[in-house]
Amino acid sequence: MDKSFGALKVLDELSFRVDPGERVTLIGPSGSGKTTILRLLMTLEKVTPKADPERDGGVVWVEGQPYSHMEKRGRLVPANERWLRRRRSSVGMVFQQFNLFPNMRVLRNVTEAQVHVAGRSKEEAEAKARDLLELVGLSDKTDAYPSHLSGGQQQRVAIARALAMDPDILLLDEVTSALDPELVADVLAVLRDIADTTSITMLCVTHEMGFARDVSDRVMMFDSGRIVEQGPPEAMFSEPQEARTQDFLRAVLAE
Amino acid sequence: MDLHAVIESLPRYGEPLLVTIGVTVASAALALVLAFALGLMTGSRHLAVRTPARVFVEFFRGTSVVVQLFWFAFAMPVVLGIQFDYLIVAGVIALGLNYGAYSSEVVRGAIAAVPQGQLEASTALNLTPFQRMRLVVLPQAWPEMIPSLCAFAIMLLKASALVSVIGILDITWLAGLIGKQPGQDRLLHYGVVLVIYFVLAWLIWTGMRALERRAKRGLGVDAKPVKGRLDPAVAAGGVG
Repeated sequence: MDKSFGALKVLDELSFRVDPGERVTLIGPSGSGKTTILRLLMTLEKVTPKADPERDGGVVWVEGQPYSHMEKRGRLVPANERWLRRRRSSVGMVFQQFNLFPNMRVLRNVTEAQVHVAGRSKEEAEAKARDLLELVGLSDKTDAYPSHLSGGQQQRVAIARALAMDPDILLLDEVTSALDPELVADVLAVLRDIADTTSITMLCVTHEMGFARDVSDRVMMFDSGRIVEQGPPEAMFSEPQEARTQDFLRAVLAE
Repeated sequence: MDLHAVIESLPRYGEPLLVTIGVTVASAALALVLAFALGLMTGSRHLAVRTPARVFVEFFRGTSVVVQLFWFAFAMPVVLGIQFDYLIVAGVIALGLNYGAYSSEVVRGAIAAVPQGQLEASTALNLTPFQRMRLVVLPQAWPEMIPSLCAFAIMLLKASALVSVIGILDITWLAGLIGKQPGQDRLLHYGVVLVIYFVLAWLIWTGMRALERRAKRGLGVDAKPVKGRLDPAVAAGGVG
């Protein structure tokens, strides 16, 4: 698939697949297109359309079904809002800036979509929310407004909020980049816990190389909208093949 | 004595005062509904929704409210055959449309000011566009709108004096009428009217402050004192 913003080509004939339950970490310099991939998967951006998707590609597939596109009279056409609504229910996302709803207390942040989108009863949604808030270590904050929480706490609520919708795929977009250093560990611990105890497919854009090494099954190195190199974390971090990867890792690990 | 005569005639202000309050409240209600409808429409992604709303807003902002009052009161019955049983209805409609058009910009601006990340988060949770607006965007935009909407409400109160041009007896006109009578002091009567407007504006302002404090609490934010946050249009004291 390609993705262009005007004349700027952000993703260049990119093609990759992720297996169910796989944990993939996307690394690379700023502007290399990592975040754009997550945004495409969350349908916050649209794939740049191709004339003939069957021949040229440019289609995102999830669980064997077209995702960015839909079938219409035997042809693949860019998906409409209805199709996207149906399909993106299997995907959840956690953002760099948390994006909690400031007009709702913590508990309601986690229950709102359960009630209005998943159609659960209020009791069911609250029970699930309380379980998840306990998982992320915030049982005592259910009645707080997001503005009264630290960044790390807000991000853990955001993780609970995404998990509450039972996604098969969880997208993590630089979830610790906006946090003070001492708050990063708590968030990463929660994510490690989730990685250890669930089989959710995770795509993770991060600059936390230690976390990438521990959690991921595969690391992908991006540059200029292309995959420079990919492989299991041990191989990628200890003996990267490409000069671009070596430079990048040296720069990041030197921090 | 002048002052005595003024006090004697104060009861005559009763009915015109109800007219001033009634016109203000009714046209503010109409303006509020219209402000949300037009504000949502002018902020729409779809050109077909945006354009008519934009034309409507610019038309009412770009023409004199006095002419609009004349139009609804006297031209409409002739041109379109729509006759209002009471002129006051024409006054309320003209003021309501005019101030609805102005305040729709407040609504549109406050909605546009809600961070993009909020929309993205609600998309990620798969809320429908309508749910995004109702559950996430409007509750956050509302507290931001209150001070400016209040400013327009106060302008509307003062603009309600204009309904006298189509022959509706409000407090301003009444003050002029009584003031002309023998033994009455016109300046004192206009002074009475000034005080009445001031008290009414103060009531609106106080109500707004309470509303804003409540709305801000709903965001977990403590409302700060709003000294000096009066809308510049109000500070200038324009009457449309």
